Amino acid sequence: MLNQLQSLGKVTLGFFERLGRGHIFLVQILATIPSLLLRPNLIVAQVFSIGVLSLSIILVSGLFVGMVLGLQGYNTLVNFGATESLGAVVSLSLVRELGPVLTSLLFAGRAGSALTAEIGLMKATEQLSGMEMMAVNPIKRVVAPRFLGGIISMPLLAAIFSAIGILGGYLLVVQVLGVDSGSYWSQMQDKTDFMADIMNGIIKSIVFGFVVTWIAVYEGYDCTPTAEGVSRATTRTVVHASLATLGLDFLLTALMFSDI
Amino acid sequence: MNINMDNIFIKIRDVRFSRGGRWIFDGVNIDIPRGKVVAIMGPSGTGKTTLLRLIGGQLKPHAGTVEVDGKDISTLSIRDLYRLRKKMGMLFQSGALLTDINVYENVAFPLREHTKLPEVLIQHLVLMKLQAVGLRGAKYLMPSQLSGGMARRVALARALVFDPMMIMYDEPFTGQDPISMGVLVHLIRSINDALGLTSIIVSHDVQETAQIADLIYVISNGKVVSHGTPDAMKNSESAWVKQFINGESDGPVPFHYPASDYIEDLLGGPKC
Ligand SMILES: Nc1ncnc2c1ncn2[C@@H]1O[C@H](COP(=O)(O)OP(=O)(O)OP(=O)(O)O)[C@@H](O)[C@H]1O
Ligand SMILES: [Mg+2]
Repeated sequence: MLNQLQSLGKVTLGFFERLGRGHIFLVQILATIPSLLLRPNLIVAQVFSIGVLSLSIILVSGLFVGMVLGLQGYNTLVNFGATESLGAVVSLSLVRELGPVLTSLLFAGRAGSALTAEIGLMKATEQLSGMEMMAVNPIKRVVAPRFLGGIISMPLLAAIFSAIGILGGYLLVVQVLGVDSGSYWSQMQDKTDFMADIMNGIIKSIVFGFVVTWIAVYEGYDCTPTAEGVSRATTRTVVHASLATLGLDFLLTALMFSDI
Repeated sequence: MNINMDNIFIKIRDVRFSRGGRWIFDGVNIDIPRGKVVAIMGPSGTGKTTLLRLIGGQLKPHAGTVEVDGKDISTLSIRDLYRLRKKMGMLFQSGALLTDINVYENVAFPLREHTKLPEVLIQHLVLMKLQAVGLRGAKYLMPSQLSGGMARRVALARALVFDPMMIMYDEPFTGQDPISMGVLVHLIRSINDALGLTSIIVSHDVQETAQIADLIYVISNGKVVSHGTPDAMKNSESAWVKQFINGESDGPVPFHYPASDYIEDLLGGPKC
């Protein structure tokens, strides 16, 4: 009994210690950003490897999610003769929820895990401490560009996900199932509000991008510098980032879309 | 050889440092005179790498002071510490090359980070240093395509490229064939003299190191057990030094990591 209490206390303390270190780390990253902005090529390189290289998985997933949404919506709405509102169904689900959330989950798996593994391996092979001895701050040179790259990439990827999903829905609903093309687009235009839907979706994706990238770079930088440590950190990144995405999504949705 | 003790570049005083509940250093005093080549020797696991990290300010001593060029490392602000490190080169035991860029870019890295030199100048500097370590032909290879000894030589070129005031070499000779070893030994000495550096070499290659060192420190069990010029060390009466210099397995220098009694451990049965 006492032992269990003890280990519970240890786990709790460990949790808060990591949380604290994570926040200090964030402050250290943010402090280097002004001087980093003078070297945009470092950031652009990361937007490429984090964002552009994630494009294929985002495009394929977006297309299929859009088509599935169209199909499921059609099967339900056809009973009520309301298939012309499919455009609104597809676009609202994507822009408000599925775009940001699914992109964030895919992003955590594709880019987040890669970030953690890369930074963790650099630590394990003494590259980070080598930089320190060359008077180069690894947080500024290695971590901050990746952090910014992730924050920039994530909203763009989410927007692309939603756009391609809407296109996928169009292909299925209009081209395959024969719903009128005019009503697909006009219903969508009519029901989707720029501020309430699109802006909120963008805000969500920025928040997710921030949190997922933060978790990824922190786990990499804080990992035990061994093969096992890196692999654990990578797993933790994917798990924590996914849970954080879902939890934050609930919180943000409650704040944005409820009138309570 | 006469060493002027007024001109001390690095002063280590009563340093104590512990790791994992074990005192790795327990009151260490070391003086590194300016412009000299100083060798640090000692059994594996005594904390030679740790000592270099203490000098570089990556670790802080738990007691005592480490002074470099008159500045106490542990009281420096981050900014001043980084300024000081620009003047220190360090060759890591593992090389610590950046694995995502090629040899040329690795050597150019400190220049690109700290200066705005034109590309032509960077090219000249980098090629000169690579030529000196015999690897100019390998400039487009990636670090993963190098052997361990080659990687260490690239790291040496990188440590030199910024013309530091002082260089710390952590086992520069491991993994070198006799020819590159000979070249490296003389390179280290001639760079030191030509550029007026101060060099610290951590090495197990007693004969090679003794050829070029002005001063040798032998550390073991958290203390400096002996120090002096190579000649003095060779004629030393100390059992520690004799054993170490001659590589005998029997003597006061422990080969084993501190452990409980061997017989007891064997008879005690598995403990988990
Ligand atoms: N991160 C660490 N945590 C705990 N103990 C450590 C750590 N790193 C090193 N040590 C301990 O510190 C001691 C000194 O390590 P160090 O790497 O300085 O040895 P060394 O003299 O350079 O040995 P070698 O000649 O084999 O390179 C070792 O006994 C090691 O067990
Ligand atoms: Mg070592």
